[in-house]
This record gives sequence, structure tokens and C-alpha cells, in this order.
Amino acid sequence: MSANLHENKRVHLLFGLIFGIGFGFLLQKGGVTSYDVIIGQLLLTDFTVLKLMLSAVIVAMIGLHLLKYLGLVEFHLFRGSVGSTVIGGCIFGIGFAILGFCPGTLAGAVGTGQMDALLGGVVGMLIGTGLFAHLFPEINRRFMDRGVFPADSLPELLRQPAWAVVLVMVLMMAGFLYILENSGI
Amino acid sequence: MNLLGATVWSPYMAGAGIGILLCLSLLLSNRVFGCSAAFTGVAGMIESLFRGRKAVEEKPYFREFPLRVEWQWFFVFGIVIGALMSTILSGTFAISWIPPAFALSFGDNSLTRLIIALCGGILVGLGARWAWGCPSSHGISGIPQLSLAGFIAVACMFAVGIGTAFLVFRVLL
Repeated sequence: MSANLHENKRVHLLFGLIFGIGFGFLLQKGGVTSYDVIIGQLLLTDFTVLKLMLSAVIVAMIGLHLLKYLGLVEFHLFRGSVGSTVIGGCIFGIGFAILGFCPGTLAGAVGTGQMDALLGGVVGMLIGTGLFAHLFPEINRRFMDRGVFPADSLPELLRQPAWAVVLVMVLMMAGFLYILENSGI
Repeated sequence: MNLLGATVWSPYMAGAGIGILLCLSLLLSNRVFGCSAAFTGVAGMIESLFRGRKAVEEKPYFREFPLRVEWQWFFVFGIVIGALMSTILSGTFAISWIPPAFALSFGDNSLTRLIIALCGGILVGLGARWAWGCPSSHGISGIPQLSLAGFIAVACMFAVGIGTAFLVFRVLL
């Protein structure tokens, strides 16, 4: 690693910008920066979001596990809980259907000129995340440690080697996409 | 060039591209994708304009997650730029106030849409931080690492999202 930390920090932030640009570009090209497409997914009439997410997950699952096998990366895993993951996920789900975007696609929607995403969604998210920061000690004390999950990862939970879980997951997800594509939806 | 100018790609191609990008991101910058923490940081910065930097930095949340310009801020800003570039290359950039599907169900008052988007945004922001992640970090980043929290968070987000959408669009309207 370079001794010049300042330089390193700049390169690190530049990578954030570059990967963000790539991600936003692909979200838009994939069609998921559209309210109509996301609401269509939640109403189960348009499966673009699922197709995009599952193909990203399949490619990344194989790629990340190869990189980890080669010793080039370490995973970023953390332990979830019912009080955090499930409750937070449910609050998110209600907002998701009302807003019609998740945080990533919301940022993409801003880039495509959707003013409701900028002046409604982004402002709302700043209020919501600020509210969380404000209530954090209380939420942390009351909820976060309730029902802590027994494992960080699926292989750890199932006591199976990671490669076997990856194989089964990739086959299941690819099989699901194949059936979805041939069901005419 | 034709490809860059296309209005829409196959979701499989865009998705596979995102998967490759995520691998490169972990390899080159030791970061996986995520968006919601950056919003908390920006909210903290805005709050510090009113209450002073020190008062905000002393909040327990910001003592645990220090208030500073971070990789993810650039990442989220990049998403805006990337989506903008995509629509400019395809000639589809347009300022809009109401999504077509929203107008069909709720009418075409842009103030109604703004208020509903604001309420949804508050819940999305609160829920994403509460669950320590959004569909980008739990889904696109967490599930490929076989994160248990990732699978469960995404299942809750989509199950409740689908339930709420059906309630709003199929029962109430």
C-alpha cells in the first residue's frame, strides 16, 4: 500500500464515483429507474426488477467466491437479527411500495429527470435516515439485539461448504429465471 | 455506440454487468454496493448547518459512524450521473413530475405525488437504516456473499412491498 494516505483516499473515493456511475448507468439501461417498472414488479405484472437482480446476484455470487478462493478479497458479512433485519425490512417494504423506488433506483431516477424522486423521495429519505440517527440509541436498546440470527452466512447456518451452497443457489436461481422467461410473463 | 445509445437493455445483460461491477468494486476498493448510509451522512451534514457540527457529532449514531465524506457518498452521486449519462446517450432525458402508472391510479396532481413520495421516502430511509441496508447492500451485495441477513432482509422488503402494493393498488383504489 502507498505511504501517501491522502493520495490513497482520493483514489478510493474516485473508485466510489466510477462504480456509482457504472451502477447508475446499468440500472437505467436495465429499465429499473422507472416507477412504473418497480410498481409493476410489486404488483407481479412486470418481472424486470427480479430478472436484473437475479442475474446480478448469479454473476456476483460466482465472481466473489472465485475472488475469495484466490485470496484476493474478504467478504463483508455481519450478523442480522429479527429486531433489526426483519422489522427494518418490513418498514422499508411499506415505504418501497409507496415511494416506488429503493434508495439506489431513487438516485438513478433523479438522474433521469424525475423531479418527484428528487423533491419527494430524496428529501423524504434524508428525513427518514436522519430520524433513524436521532432515534438510534432508543432503537438500538429496544430492538437491535432481539432475536439475533444464529449465523452470518447461509453456509455457516447449513454447515455446508460454501461452494456447494453457491452451486445449489446458482442452479435454483438460473432455473427460476428459465421458467419465468418461458412462462410468457 | 449503438449499444450505449439504446433506450433499454435486456435486464439480464444489465444485471450481469452489475454483477461484474460489484466484483471489481470489492477487488479494487474493498467496498460492496450500498446507498442508504450516505443519506444518513448527508442528513447529518444538513443538521449540522442548523445545530452546529459538534452537536451532531456527539450524537451516539455519529459517534459510532463518524460524520465524514465517504466512498458511498461518491457512489450515490455516481448513480445520479450514470443514469443521467444513460438517458442523454439514448436521447430520453426528460424532466417529469408524475410517473405514468401513478397518474393512472391517483390522478395527475404533481403535489399529490410529491407528498406521497415524501412519505414513502421517510419510511424507506428509516427502514433501510433500521435493517442496516437497502436492496443494493442486502440484495445485490449481501446475497452473492450468501449473507443470511441479506436473504432475510430482501425477503421482508419484497414480501411487505408486494403486500402493500396489492393493498394500495388492488384493494384501496
